[in-house]
Amino acid sequence: MSNALLDIHALRQTFPRADGGELLVLDGIELKLMEGQIVGLLGRTGSGKSTLLRSIAGLMPASAGSITYLGQPVLGPAPGIAMVFQSFALFPWLTVLENVQLGLEALGLPDAEIRKRALAAIDLIGLDGYESAYPRELSGGMRQRVGFARALVVHPNILLMDEPFSALDVLTAETLRTDLIELWGDGKLPIKGIIIVTHNIEEAVLMCDRILLFSSNPGRIIREIAVDLKQPRNRLDPSFRDLVEKIYVAMTARTPTPPKIGGAAGTVATSIDTRLPRVSANLLSGVLETLAGEYNGKADLPVFAEEQHLEGDDLFPVADALQMLHLGEIEGGDIKLTDVGRQYVEAGTDDRKKIFQRQLLAYVPLAAHIRRVLQERSNHVAPKSRFFDELEDHMSTEDAEATLRSVTAWARYAEAFAYDDDSQTFSLENPT
Amino acid sequence: MRLNVPISVGGWGRFFTRWDVLAVLLILGLLVFLGEASRHLLQPLSELQREPISLDPRNLPEYAARTTLRMLLAMVLSLIFTFTYATLAAKSKQAERLLIPMLDILQSVPILGFISITVVFFMALAPGRVLGAEFAAIFAIFTSQAWNMAFSFYQSLRTVPSELDEASRNFGLSPWMRFWRLDVPFAMPQLIWNMMMSMSGSWFFVVASEAISVGNTTITLPGVGSYIALAIEHRDLAAVGYAILTMLVVILIYDQVLFRPLVAWADRFRFEQEPGVVPPESWVLDVMRRSRLIDRLTEPFASSWRRLLIAGWWKEAVPAKREARPPQHGWITFQWAAVLVALTALALWQVVSFVLQDISVSDVLTAALSGLATFSRIVVLIALASIIWVPIGVWVGTRRQVANFVQPVAQFLAAFPANLLFPIAVSAIVALRLDPNIWLSPLMILGTQWYILFNVVAGAAAIPAELRAAGVNFRVRGLLWWRRIALPAVLPYYVTGAITASGGSWNASIVAEVASWGDEHLQAYGLGAYIAQQTEAGDFHRIVLGIAVMSFFVVVINRVFWRPLYLYAERKFRIG
Repeated sequence: MSNALLDIHALRQTFPRADGGELLVLDGIELKLMEGQIVGLLGRTGSGKSTLLRSIAGLMPASAGSITYLGQPVLGPAPGIAMVFQSFALFPWLTVLENVQLGLEALGLPDAEIRKRALAAIDLIGLDGYESAYPRELSGGMRQRVGFARALVVHPNILLMDEPFSALDVLTAETLRTDLIELWGDGKLPIKGIIIVTHNIEEAVLMCDRILLFSSNPGRIIREIAVDLKQPRNRLDPSFRDLVEKIYVAMTARTPTPPKIGGAAGTVATSIDTRLPRVSANLLSGVLETLAGEYNGKADLPVFAEEQHLEGDDLFPVADALQMLHLGEIEGGDIKLTDVGRQYVEAGTDDRKKIFQRQLLAYVPLAAHIRRVLQERSNHVAPKSRFFDELEDHMSTEDAEATLRSVTAWARYAEAFAYDDDSQTFSLENPT
Repeated sequence: MRLNVPISVGGWGRFFTRWDVLAVLLILGLLVFLGEASRHLLQPLSELQREPISLDPRNLPEYAARTTLRMLLAMVLSLIFTFTYATLAAKSKQAERLLIPMLDILQSVPILGFISITVVFFMALAPGRVLGAEFAAIFAIFTSQAWNMAFSFYQSLRTVPSELDEASRNFGLSPWMRFWRLDVPFAMPQLIWNMMMSMSGSWFFVVASEAISVGNTTITLPGVGSYIALAIEHRDLAAVGYAILTMLVVILIYDQVLFRPLVAWADRFRFEQEPGVVPPESWVLDVMRRSRLIDRLTEPFASSWRRLLIAGWWKEAVPAKREARPPQHGWITFQWAAVLVALTALALWQVVSFVLQDISVSDVLTAALSGLATFSRIVVLIALASIIWVPIGVWVGTRRQVANFVQPVAQFLAAFPANLLFPIAVSAIVALRLDPNIWLSPLMILGTQWYILFNVVAGAAAIPAELRAAGVNFRVRGLLWWRRIALPAVLPYYVTGAITASGGSWNASIVAEVASWGDEHLQAYGLGAYIAQQTEAGDFHRIVLGIAVMSFFVVVINRVFWRPLYLYAERKFRIG
């Protein structure tokens, strides 16, 4: 009977907002990590999975709820939990060997032991011969191997990985992944459990025993999916593809009730304070045209994503934007054009802009709101700060900035209103 | 060109390579220099009177050595100050609220003004001994070096990349270990650059601070500065020439042996690892690195340093950080703010009452008016220097070969203490009976105009090749090229250079607006002259008044003009 390495109960994380209020990032998280398991946290950017990982690592205290590690509450960085970072986090002024030894030095082990363990880890992870190299001399894949070696060498109980392969190219990532799974399967890794954060659905299904799906803003666990396939897993295996499809459906499912502030992926903007996805009009046009041209208006989501080289994190914002503007919709794991979307594809440039403007003003309340305010004012000019302050009441500063930028980009394409960055004002300079 | 170290060339080659010999020579030279120079420090003051400064050029090497030693000691002090002050300000929000504004103000106070006040204080610390006078001089030099180093370190501490920070906390690095493994190495490149700029800038003050005369207290410490002061008294142009020559050699040595090796060494700490950037080179550093003897000698230091890093004390793990929650800490912040306000008010009251003791409104008016005179001079000078050096700088910067040659020369010129050149100009003014009000002015910008030049060269060299290619492709030439491509791209760099030049000119005014040649005393109407006069008269109240007015001018101009201009330039013209 394996023991629970980690037990998270009713975890809530909030961040203080600029105006003194609180921003809810994680809500009601329940998680149990048993020995010998790999658990994946899958979700879009903004779903708080990195925050969760850092809470587990003790880098952030919990606002409410409890995190118990080996029976003890986590109050700070605990020994036995090691982390691997997305952008490697290597110290540029230390050689590979010195980087790997860092954790051991902090533990205060004797010199001989440190050297022995470090060289063993370097050998295990395939970095033999690179001991005296500096990180600037290494490729991305090698750098991440150093990151792994550094984490493994302290013999942690839990290995936390924060999107470890997303900064690498596809082939390198594949090599590292298979190496890691192999070592884990052979029992050669001196660790008891792994938690990996990723936004890549196939990666999660390839590696994990259990996958937790997260919603965004705030981050909540919407589904837990168990993966019973045997290692080594094959992407082309039908049960593999079934699982991937299941996950796509779960992540693009529309919630029946309109959300208060943002919500799970696939919801329609109903208020001024919805976060807008940052998707360029070019990309939207491209997706619509491809859908119409190559897929006859309807495509299976995972297939579309793979063939168009759109990973989860790129695809979901596009899907959101299409649904928001009523140009496309997601249903049962398929993406398809609406009638308006079809009209858009068949129109010329000018007509496209007209259609886009119509959809924008009808379905994105923030755009309609800005335009209304501009029309009401006598000189048709309004400062950006006016809208920024309104948005900041309901979301973080970065989200407010990103939302305004999104709506500005769309409005410029639709020629609904104009924006001058020098004076930071909106205006009706070029209305159609 | 790589020079290969012979692995085994038989016989002596196995034990000593040519690098070893060079390295040993360099190090021995350094040790001898340090030993000789320190010997004099503990002699009593009376010694100084018995061996007055002589104009014999054969003394110059010794004087130069002393001057350099003062500089190095001040640098050590500045480093200690930086590591403590900046770390405190970065790690504690409460401390930051007081320390950073203080640093800002300290940066604006004219350094030569400091000397007038601190000389007496330090003389009292070690009465009758040379040490006291040395303290005063070293402190003056320290004040010219420390502030921008502290600022740079503070900024680096606050911008440590979050992932490295998280990795340190995840692996349980103690605060001590984290400081030396993460904070300091990350800050190194900027810190070393600032150190080198500080040292370059402080040659001016070293020279000025060696012949100190505040009221009745006069000290002339053996050094190049006092040599020049004596030469001025004796109207000895040849001696001035020798001194300039010596200084040229000294700065050349400092540049090759200290500046360039350190900047090249700091390159290994650079955080962004863009490929294709040419790293700075230094032959001295190469010698040090390739010498196996040095390697073997420094090995024990290296391993005891490592052991010190891992030291067992102060091991308790860093607790999880929490973003400051304004509502909860509101009460403490309020109390602390109240204390700060009270302290500031007290300090202000002290200064004002001290100054006002002897001062009448007319005094304040005199100081303010002379301040305006100096201000208008500086405006004209900076404008002139800009008109001359910006076009030249852009021309140079856009041609890589020329830039590679001009940059070190410009940096060298910026380091060279311009006050050594003053006597030549002053003797000419006296001989030709020119009006000091006009002709003493260029001296103020003599040393500082180079900052404009080398910053503009750096800016022009940084224009992305693609932008320039686009300009060529679309046949953008002449005035249009200047307006649309060159000037906008260079503007942020120009502003940086101009800020330094303007600040330096205010400082220089204290020694440039009053000049003497033998018995002839020249004086221009301005705030620098005012402060210099009051220093000579030993009138502390008016000295403080003068310094306060000058600081006020500098702070206001910075806030109202330079900083907004810099922010505007950064926002609008930053590339990428």
